[in-house]
Amino acid sequence: MIYFVGIGIIALIAIVVIQIGKLSELSAKIKGEEAVELSNNNTQAKLGIIFLILFLGLTIYTAFYYKNEMFPYGPLKSASEHGFAVDRLFNITLVATGFVFILTHILLFWFTYKYRMRDPKKKALFYVDNLKLEMVWTLIPLVVFVLLVSQGISIMNDIFRPLTDEDKYLEIEATGYQFAWDIRYPGDDGKLGNKDFRLIDPASNSIGIDWNDEKSLDDIVLGGTDKIVIPKDTLVRIRITAKDVLHSFFLPHFRVKLDAVPGMPTFFAFKPVKTTKEFKEELKKYPEWNEPADPKDPTGPKRWEVFEYELACAELCGKGHYSMRRVVEVVERDEYESWLKEQKSFYYNNIRGTEADPWDGKKLFPNEIKARAEELSKEISDIMSSTENVNGKIILLKHVFYETGSDAINNKLSRYELDNLVELLNKYPSLRVELAGHTDNVGDDAANITLSENRASNVKQYLLSKNISATRLTSKGYGEMQPLESNDSADGRRKNRRTELRVISK
Amino acid sequence: MANISIQEDDVLIREQGFNDHFHDHHHGDKYKTSFLTHYVFSQDHKMISKQFLITGIFWAVLGAAFSVIFRLQLGFPEESLAWIKPLLGKWIVIDPSTGMGKLAPDFYYALVTMHGTVIVFFVLTGGLSGTFSNLLIPLQIGARDMASPFMNMLSYWFFFLAGVIMFYSLFISTGPFSGGWVAYPPLSALPQAASGSGTGMTLWLISLVFFVISVVLGGINYITTVLNLRTKGMTMYRMPLTMWAFFITAIIGLLTFPVLVSGFFMLISDRSLGTSFFLSDIFIAGEALDRVGGSPILYQHLFWFLGHPEVYIVILPAMGIVSEVMSVHARKPIFGYRAMIYSLAAIALMSCIVWAHHMFVSGINPFLANFFSFFTILIGVPSSIKVFNWLTTLYGGNLRLNTPMLFAIGFVTLFISGGLTGVFMGNHALDIQEHDTYFIVAHFHLVMGVAAFFGMFAGVYQWFPKMYGRFMNETLGKIHFWGTLICAYAIFWPQHYLGLAGVPRRYYSFDAFEAFKHFADTNKFITIFAIIAFFLQILFIVNFFYSIWHGKKMTNKNPWSATTLEWTTPIEPIHGNWPGNLPVVHRWAYDYNKDEREFVMQHVPLKEGEVGDH
Repeated sequence: MIYFVGIGIIALIAIVVIQIGKLSELSAKIKGEEAVELSNNNTQAKLGIIFLILFLGLTIYTAFYYKNEMFPYGPLKSASEHGFAVDRLFNITLVATGFVFILTHILLFWFTYKYRMRDPKKKALFYVDNLKLEMVWTLIPLVVFVLLVSQGISIMNDIFRPLTDEDKYLEIEATGYQFAWDIRYPGDDGKLGNKDFRLIDPASNSIGIDWNDEKSLDDIVLGGTDKIVIPKDTLVRIRITAKDVLHSFFLPHFRVKLDAVPGMPTFFAFKPVKTTKEFKEELKKYPEWNEPADPKDPTGPKRWEVFEYELACAELCGKGHYSMRRVVEVVERDEYESWLKEQKSFYYNNIRGTEADPWDGKKLFPNEIKARAEELSKEISDIMSSTENVNGKIILLKHVFYETGSDAINNKLSRYELDNLVELLNKYPSLRVELAGHTDNVGDDAANITLSENRASNVKQYLLSKNISATRLTSKGYGEMQPLESNDSADGRRKNRRTELRVISK
Repeated sequence: MANISIQEDDVLIREQGFNDHFHDHHHGDKYKTSFLTHYVFSQDHKMISKQFLITGIFWAVLGAAFSVIFRLQLGFPEESLAWIKPLLGKWIVIDPSTGMGKLAPDFYYALVTMHGTVIVFFVLTGGLSGTFSNLLIPLQIGARDMASPFMNMLSYWFFFLAGVIMFYSLFISTGPFSGGWVAYPPLSALPQAASGSGTGMTLWLISLVFFVISVVLGGINYITTVLNLRTKGMTMYRMPLTMWAFFITAIIGLLTFPVLVSGFFMLISDRSLGTSFFLSDIFIAGEALDRVGGSPILYQHLFWFLGHPEVYIVILPAMGIVSEVMSVHARKPIFGYRAMIYSLAAIALMSCIVWAHHMFVSGINPFLANFFSFFTILIGVPSSIKVFNWLTTLYGGNLRLNTPMLFAIGFVTLFISGGLTGVFMGNHALDIQEHDTYFIVAHFHLVMGVAAFFGMFAGVYQWFPKMYGRFMNETLGKIHFWGTLICAYAIFWPQHYLGLAGVPRRYYSFDAFEAFKHFADTNKFITIFAIIAFFLQILFIVNFFYSIWHGKKMTNKNPWSATTLEWTTPIEPIHGNWPGNLPVVHRWAYDYNKDEREFVMQHVPLKEGEVGDH
């Protein structure tokens, strides 16, 4: 129905329009075409002047109206160091082009008015060329443009200067995908580990970090909606990458924008100079920013109160392009340090000890060593202080490792656990224990018994070498006879290969 | 007005013209046309020009309608669009609980993409160059027709075919292509990336390959015709500026469109044959693709190698038309004729070495960008020359402010306003902030979108009498002009402010961002004017079609008292353009108010001591 009404209205307008047209032609016939043309010239020339005044007036009015919402002015002045140079160049360009804009528009409509045809017999000026004039409007723009662009080039070369270690920058990685960003911090070593798109697993490794690279192990990956925290007055280099299609890393308040390209990391370095708090304080001074943030809730928080630095996507990346928001928070350096301390390495939290962990049994981390030392100490002291009968209790020596397929102890990794054990045995001199070796069910039964015996014996030898009395220690190999879990799974077999401490008496 | 009588004019051509024996070969049954060969598969440049124009108008209406629909989403995000459901079907998603209809984001992006593609390629390239190059080149240089009328016909029909395929893609179930008119891979290369990147993108690519064939066929024809078929006495430096503009446009089109097609073929092969020209390290839809070694940036280079010259392919013909229209109605020679030619050539040349300014923040080496930034800004020099020459052309004139002249003046204001913001964008350091925000949207819509439309309108109002033997209505034309000018500025001026507030383009909704969501009123304002602008164009269309049959009849062969050769042909167009001999040219195209004569046409012989060239 609505379409018929629409078509009807359009048809009606068409008829009216045609009638207006006919009328004007009719009146032209009556008045004489020349007279009508001349009076039209008058009207049009005057309309031109009215247009000129309104246009220039509204331009200036609206520029002031929007002043406090626009980036190069007012409260939204750059929040990054290089941004000041960008804003200044913007303002210089605005003055130069603004002058030309006003001048040419005045000339255009003034000439249109002044030289409108009032008398068809009037001779127009036969003015073909003037080399001097041409040179004026070739050379002046040329000089101005060269000045502007050389300024721009020097700013650019400064923003994108190659960084060295002396710049002491913090490198953060942003990975764009449909339709969000993953953010990675380098951790204590200050270096981001390798990644490879083939390693991506949406469930456990969303950006394909290569855990074989030791630099990856302390990397921090921020969850989907966490704020990106960066320290003030520190050069931050963003390593921008993409997983699927093009994205663009856009931080409007910092004058930062660079595409995220699959297969080619890009880099943008900037130095934030205002914390989020400081920026808010600045905004607070302007009336526009004291309006309610949500127009429907006039008593709610004000615009400056809800202000955040924001990360947006600026390259069309599909149907969710408009929703790739992340909040960026700039904080003082010390605040940043304490925030960073709270963050857990992604590897340690999610990968350590799982199938995907290439370092299982190959590497121990200081915090693991420390935690394990506390754990072992507690297990043993619990036994020592227990009022019940503890004989036969088992303590798993989780951090005792052997070289692959051999009975030799992996000294590098096992040293901590064994030394801790030595310490504890010295602390509790009455404690007598059996060292029990176990294997999984892979291989020949007899060979497994031998292997487990030799392993347990090697642990005993180590303890003896640390002056633990031989009377307190025995060792025994159980082979595959006492599995903790089913040997059907790799994980179960891993748990079954173990060395235990059995309390004989305390 | 002083005028040479029609009779005198005909006598001049009959007696002093150049006899090319054209009509000796084209007599009798051999040259009878049927309805089919006259109106449909016509090889006559004047008919082909009308075909381009009307096809262009069809696409302009469609392209503008797309923009109105997506502007509704941006301006009135909280209003229900359920009423468009009968038209758009599943692309309007109705919330079952509130009954509120919303435009699906997929389709929003499809509309944005189609708006750009259709307007840039089908309207402002096909419609503009196709119409006026075809109409004016033979008429203004004194040729019987194009060098190859058959190829010219093919050019239109490839354009038509491209249109049919693109139109068809609007109706497929996965929707038309939705990855932006620039079609950057990997988004455009992988059907997993967006629903429009499936069949919609395949059709988009096929359509545009046909379109490029059309442009190349047309371009070869325009260049050949201008170089070889100029009538006796028509030296290059006597040609009107329209000819120079169309000629140079055809050259850059011919040099750059094939590069685009090579990029398209690589994209097609990435999509269909499993190659990796533009793909590397991609994990999408839960799967790591076995595609490595390519670079998405390579596509951008190939695309913009055409894409930037393309904006000049759009604007140069408009500049030519404006120069010509302005000179005729100012009753003055164009100021700095040679400077106008050289600046056209300089713009054309430089347009081919600035393409990477579209890629300043795409990840190219920033030091490489310095080069492109430098030349981009320098392209402002020939552009300023043109603007000041137009202004000086008005100076001291005797201006007829009729519709074509108003559109020519409107072109100049839009070109200034839009061109000056180019000084911001072209400067690499500023582009970091402005890139892909509404600032660039405002910039290119003013400088090459609306301005090129104004050039086209100026041309249509100016040469309508040559096409149809009647005039378009002046009053409606003037309402159309002022309405469109005001709407153009009302739509695009506020977008500068949005851009300076950092609002990115191609956003379906701004609500998620604190920084972008406070411009609801501005967006509403823009949308309202976009709707008004759309309906104002109905005024033009009504005027156009009504005037074809009912406009004021042309009684004088040269209604504008112009000097160029097209106004020496009979009012009733004929095959071969001139009934007998071809006119012989004695002077340049701008002898207005040179001596006691108000104007002197190009084929009028020089008086003693008179100079014919400037």
